[in-house]
Amino acid sequence: MNLLLSITVGVLFAASIYMILRRSVVKLIIGLVLLGHGANLLIFLSSGLVRGRPPLVPMGESRLEGEYSDPLPAALILTAIVISFGIVSFAAVLVKRAYQEVGTDDLDEMKNTDR
Amino acid sequence: MLIATLLIFGAALVGPVVHRLLGRFAAPVLALAPLAGFIYFLREAKRIFEGGSVFENWNWAPELGVMLGFRLDGLALLFALLVTGVGVLVVVYAGAYLKGHVHLGRFYSYLLGFMGSMLGLVLTDNVIALFVFWELTSITSYLLIGFDHQRKAARDSALQALLVTGIGGLALLAGLVLLGVLGMQASLDDPWSVSGLIEGLAGGAIDRDSGLVHGAVVLILLGALTKSAIFPFHFWLPGAMEAPTPVSAYLHSSTMVKAGIFLIARFQQGFSGMALWDTTLVVLGGITMVGTVFLASRQTYYKKLLAYSTTSSLGAMAMLLGLGANAAVGAMGYLFAHAMFKGALFLVAGNVDHGAHEKDTEKVGGLAGKMPLTFAAALLAAASMAGVAPMLGFAAKKLMKYGLHGSEWETILVVGVTAFSVMTAMVACMVGVLPFIGKLKGSAGEAHEVSPGLLFGPLVLAVLGVVAGVMPGWFAAPLIASAASSVAGAEKSVSIGLGSLMKADLSMALTVGAIVAGVVLFVVRALWRRATSPVEWLDVVGPARMYTRSVSGTLWLAWWQTRILQNGYLRHYVWTILGTTIALVGYGLYRSGIERIPLPIDQPFYFEIALVMFIMAGAIGASTIRTRLAVVSVLGIVGFAIAAVYVIFGAFDVAMTQFAIETLIVIILVLVVYHLPRFRSFSTPISRWMDVLLALGFGAMMTVLALLAADVTLSGPISDYFAENAAPVAYGRNVVNVILVDFRATDTFGEIVVLALAALGVMTLLRLRASNPNGGTEGDGGKGEGA
Amino acid sequence: MRSLIFRTSSVFLLPALLVFSVVVLFRGHNEPGGGFVGGLLAASAFSLYALAYSVEEARRLLPLSLTTILGLGLAIALLSGAPAMLMGDAWFTGVWPQGLPAFGEVKFGTVTLFDIGVYLVVLAVTLIMILSLAEDAE
Repeated sequence: MNLLLSITVGVLFAASIYMILRRSVVKLIIGLVLLGHGANLLIFLSSGLVRGRPPLVPMGESRLEGEYSDPLPAALILTAIVISFGIVSFAAVLVKRAYQEVGTDDLDEMKNTDR
Repeated sequence: MLIATLLIFGAALVGPVVHRLLGRFAAPVLALAPLAGFIYFLREAKRIFEGGSVFENWNWAPELGVMLGFRLDGLALLFALLVTGVGVLVVVYAGAYLKGHVHLGRFYSYLLGFMGSMLGLVLTDNVIALFVFWELTSITSYLLIGFDHQRKAARDSALQALLVTGIGGLALLAGLVLLGVLGMQASLDDPWSVSGLIEGLAGGAIDRDSGLVHGAVVLILLGALTKSAIFPFHFWLPGAMEAPTPVSAYLHSSTMVKAGIFLIARFQQGFSGMALWDTTLVVLGGITMVGTVFLASRQTYYKKLLAYSTTSSLGAMAMLLGLGANAAVGAMGYLFAHAMFKGALFLVAGNVDHGAHEKDTEKVGGLAGKMPLTFAAALLAAASMAGVAPMLGFAAKKLMKYGLHGSEWETILVVGVTAFSVMTAMVACMVGVLPFIGKLKGSAGEAHEVSPGLLFGPLVLAVLGVVAGVMPGWFAAPLIASAASSVAGAEKSVSIGLGSLMKADLSMALTVGAIVAGVVLFVVRALWRRATSPVEWLDVVGPARMYTRSVSGTLWLAWWQTRILQNGYLRHYVWTILGTTIALVGYGLYRSGIERIPLPIDQPFYFEIALVMFIMAGAIGASTIRTRLAVVSVLGIVGFAIAAVYVIFGAFDVAMTQFAIETLIVIILVLVVYHLPRFRSFSTPISRWMDVLLALGFGAMMTVLALLAADVTLSGPISDYFAENAAPVAYGRNVVNVILVDFRATDTFGEIVVLALAALGVMTLLRLRASNPNGGTEGDGGKGEGA
Repeated sequence: MRSLIFRTSSVFLLPALLVFSVVVLFRGHNEPGGGFVGGLLAASAFSLYALAYSVEEARRLLPLSLTTILGLGLAIALLSGAPAMLMGDAWFTGVWPQGLPAFGEVKFGTVTLFDIGVYLVVLAVTLIMILSLAEDAE
């Protein structure tokens, strides 16, 4: 599974980079979303995968015993997801406004408008 | 000492407020700060004269063992008295000179800020603090030179001074750090204290023959020579004359330009005897001394005359310091005398400008009757400058000549100093006599004596020059002696009683001869200027020209590389960054052995495989499907599938968040995409395939990194701590949540702040248009507003 | 979008989702959940309502303006660190006062306040984005 997910991370990154390299701004945003997924999954993978043992201390016990999913990457990813939501929303609105002001969704043409 | 420095900085802070509250009384009130410092240093003077020195230590960063040390010895005392003493006079003078100026309050701030920096510079015993104060003087002087910021000339000169001294400052920092590192290697008690380092260098704890010490010497000299406008950096000082006159008087004669001399004097004990140090100082100092006074002799503008003759005096001091311990008395004596007569003459120049509205010495005459007190000050100061007995300048010139004795270059130096004396005497006549004598000329007719505030400074300085010459034992001799002692590191006595100096010997003959020759040159100055006019071609190749060239060259380079690197195409940036990353990481992987990449083979469940296939297909689909809404839905599917992966591997909180977010992102994208045009193909097939290649390369790299990262078991000591303490200490069984709200709550707080900012950004972006419906360049306001 | 079924169901969904979000918020300390998820759930509840009716009506349901909620959330989260400071600990150290009522396993401490702050911020941020975009689209 580790191998499969590592390949998935690669595919997500590749797809996102390809989209970021396009000239259409909407594709840029889709690239950002995919980039966020790839990065989160990468962090998740790097802590090692443990099936079905969430980091919840069982009732009445004082600590986690044995194997359990690492809680720290989970906490990091959780906030990262919310933050990337913020970024994507902001970028989406920015693109929308830019399109309304400039009248094009081509990044190359947009570049020429601030001359 | 710290208190004195802070007091002046404090005065700088409240300067504008005091000015607003007190109006024309602000100057005397603000002058109380340097006056307090002056009195403090006077009280300490007795102890210093007896050969002691005062140390003061303040904890700066005790955890790092960094102390802010202050040291008052003879050299520091001389400078501290000049900084605060002349400081008092200049503040008072500035109040009268710039009366009614809109930004006078600001001017007080800059001036006092400079004063505090300069005082800190001469007092501190910590090399880093020394550098900080050094740079502060550069910055405040930039503000002061460019005070008339509406004039381009003022701005340009300010920038020039800042660039030249700033580059020197960087060199100085490097040199000081180098010394500190050497000090650490030599395990000195405090490798960052100036006195400790100098002792280490002089005592042999630091090997002076090593290449690193020579490097430090070059760097420190670069700092000192740029600051003190020594050849080939002399050109910025005449330019700096764009500053208001009080600034020229204070910074460019008495204090700031002498910071370089101070630095050289400070390190004299440490480096003296090294051929590199001595020769550089003597040669460059000598060239500056003779060369720039010659340039001065061809000037007619009041302040340019003074500026060039100042660089020449600075050159003389540098040269004397290069001659070693013997000449220390001469250097300090001349420094002290120069600070007073040059300060006075600059202020006189300001008075002539103020009273007769003339900046050219040739175009005005006969002011003696109109401005008698200014004339008196000018005459006394000029006499001291020319070296006429019984002024202090006379004694200083004699001390200079004594310093040349025994040097291997004695003959040529005596010739140089004599040439310097002749032309200095000539310049002294031009600034101290020419505007005042003869028939009323130019605007002199309407001239008037200036107000007491403007007379106070020059008169005090000029009279002090006489008093010091006539009664040397009172303060001048011990001051010079103790300064020279701390420069040379050995007890130095100074006898500048007139009686002891008045001997009919060769040096006396040269001194008198120089004055006479100077006066003669002054009389035939028109002829002199014509005879020397061939040197004007120097302007074409001189250092000033080099400066202009290098500045414009730098600008061109910046423009060129900006055009190449910052071309405005996002994909070019992405290409550059990712291409470099892939190349570097790939090289690293290749070097560490590609066969070490682990390929874990385990038995995934079928539904897991299906899930992963889903994600990959979705990602590929999202980048190839050409219908906007379809892409958004595919993205949603990818997100949900990833959330399912989180569920399988025990990250329930993450999965829940991902589910909720995915829903919201789809809503937002739909809302946005709704307004944007359909996808079109902008790129050419070739560039598309190039991009595919880069994307695949990056993806492959990330896969390899993911495999490597999973293989490294950082058997989380951090996570163990969390797992152990979540329930008993933080009363929470969900460790992820406990991390978020308790263990790492500060991080989480930062994150929600970021979220809040993003939301405010969205709100602003959308509202911006609402208030400005026709803001669009293409007139696209209607599109989003309809409905 | 504005079918009768959708409209009717969202009227019932809204309170149900809101209650659920609060439950998720409070049980988050012991079971999966917490302020982030809770806030997102509550935001989706309001978004659904806005899509079914109108942004304006959704806004009317909120007791305070969104920016006020945002500021309130930030303030609560920030100030929840203060008690620890007063007791001589580092800011944001959890403080669990004794003697407060506990609902089963759910206890109250300063970190609960912090999570409430997070909940409010996430709710407000999400709604600001979605509602102002939807308004723009209407």
